[in-house]
Amino acid sequence: MVEANAIYVLVAREFKKFVRERSRLISTLARPLIWLFLVGGGMSRLVSPGMGVFSPGRGISYIQFIFPGILGMTILFSAIFSSISIIWDKEFGLMKEILVAPVSRFSIVLGKALSGTLVSAIQAAIILALFPFLGIKLSVLSVMEVVVICILLSFCIAALGIVIATFYESFESFSVIMNFVVMPMFFLSGAMYPVRTLPQILKVITRLNPFTYGIDALKHAIFRGTDILDFSLVTDLGVLLGTSAVFVVIAALMFERKK
Amino acid sequence: MPIIKVDHLYKRFGETDAVRDISFEVEQGTIFGFLGPNGAGKTTTISILCTLLSPTYGKASIHGYDCTEQSAEVRKSIGIVFQDSTLDKDLTAYENLMFHAYLYDVKKAEMRQRIDEALRFVDLYERRDDLVKKFSGGMKRRLEVARGLIHRPKVLFLDEPTIGLDPQTRAHLWDFIVDLPKKHKVTVFMTTHYMEEAEVCDRIAIIDHGRIITVGTPEELKKTMGGDVIFIGTSDNARAKDEIEKLFGVEVFEKEGELFLTSARGDACIPEIIRALGDMVLSVKLQRPTLNDVFLKMTGRAIRAEELSSGDTFKDEVRSYRRKFGRG
Ligand SMILES: Nc1ncnc2c1ncn2[C@@H]1O[C@H](COP(=O)(O)OP(=O)(O)OP(=O)(O)O)[C@@H](O)[C@H]1O
Ligand SMILES: [Mg+2]
Repeated sequence: MVEANAIYVLVAREFKKFVRERSRLISTLARPLIWLFLVGGGMSRLVSPGMGVFSPGRGISYIQFIFPGILGMTILFSAIFSSISIIWDKEFGLMKEILVAPVSRFSIVLGKALSGTLVSAIQAAIILALFPFLGIKLSVLSVMEVVVICILLSFCIAALGIVIATFYESFESFSVIMNFVVMPMFFLSGAMYPVRTLPQILKVITRLNPFTYGIDALKHAIFRGTDILDFSLVTDLGVLLGTSAVFVVIAALMFERKK
Repeated sequence: MPIIKVDHLYKRFGETDAVRDISFEVEQGTIFGFLGPNGAGKTTTISILCTLLSPTYGKASIHGYDCTEQSAEVRKSIGIVFQDSTLDKDLTAYENLMFHAYLYDVKKAEMRQRIDEALRFVDLYERRDDLVKKFSGGMKRRLEVARGLIHRPKVLFLDEPTIGLDPQTRAHLWDFIVDLPKKHKVTVFMTTHYMEEAEVCDRIAIIDHGRIITVGTPEELKKTMGGDVIFIGTSDNARAKDEIEKLFGVEVFEKEGELFLTSARGDACIPEIIRALGDMVLSVKLQRPTLNDVFLKMTGRAIRAEELSSGDTFKDEVRSYRRKFGRG
């Protein structure tokens, strides 16, 4: 009961701040929108279907092709951002208030990961609502499937964010995390181009990136039965769940460790 | 029965020995003070007691629970106001307390009432729905004290509770800190480098460079100073000096046209001095030793040298005089 209360209040705090800081919502939604329409729109002319770079079976346009990637981008940035706010909490002291509370470290990590999951899934849902404008057709069932995958991916990324945050004490590291973790994860994931078009060495790295499997799972739900999928859905979900569990355990162990 | 027990505690950070083999006990329902300059090891000791750090060696326990082995039990028994603010500035006062109440599993039925009570206790009830970032330093500090009490801890740690506050707010904060043991049945463990603040403690440990130099009640510590200093202004210092020396058999010194002597019971000596000197007396001033004197005597330095005002310089000279002559 203590633990459930603690998890609840950690999530409630994040949600309250999320609702209060509307400017943060606008700026985090701006990025995927800009990518979708500027990059997606611009690149469409270069990689039009049938030009040979890739041939997405049923005539999928480039802007449609990157839609799962843009959903993933929304999740990646918002979930990481939410989790590494732990570094802010350390800097401003609130983390100490949480750590002296009679709550298990596991619950703290779970509460934080669920906080990131909630705000990130909400933002992904807002982006998802754009699908009819891109000429993508989804059944109600597929939309629900996408939402579930968004939640799983959000949790996985949020948990990863917590692991990263445990290594840093101050937010000077923010740009390091952005440039050396978030950006490579995004570009080496199949979000912007099919994994199979990559050189061998990058292909290997892509396979080690859990984000890749999230993007692939989204492609499964959005473009069912086309030939742009890289792995089976079972593999995708298995990797997401497995890595989530590993990240949560590592984060809890890191929190447990005292100096 | 002691509620806090610290036994040969040692903490090393790399090359720095922050706490070197300290031992002490704190009785239930008392106010215990840690008095020491910057870097003495006060915060490190508190961090070990509240389970945020583990000791290099040694043992500490609270309410019978070991701070390293039974940290969950210890955490349930304590409340803490950290040296640096740990409030969430983007939440309101009320939300900060609510957050705390959930973390400590306060019963839902009592939550609202306890929070309101705590807010009233620190005079912040009217401001409960304001964001903490709009609060002044003093209001934040008071809110943190209120937060530390919400879950009715057995021991409340206050790490420099009045830091950065104006004298009026400090006084106000102290007024309710001294009431805590009675009103909330809580044992208070506080640190400070203000001597005046340490005077409210039932017992004080003076700590310097990670070692406890001495422990006792404020009165006991001051007694080790060899008593009070009496300053006497007279119309004929030479004659008065002889008279007093004859009367008490102690040496009398002269400084800036005034005579002074030390005595265990300064207040009792004054009438006798006046009777003996009669009309010669122009002024009499009694100065009781302060904890600052105790600290100075024990360590050879003022606790906060930069804070000595010009009025203190003269006292300092008296002290160095005393030290030179090995008194007290
Ligand atoms: N996390 C840490 N890593 C390395 N050294 C530390 C750490 N925390 C404290 N120290 C060192 O330990 C010593 C004692 O520090 P501590 O914070 O306990 O002092 P303090 O008595 O609380 O001082 P202040 O009055 O300034 O708050 C200092 O020399 C400090 O530099
Ligand atoms: Mg300190």
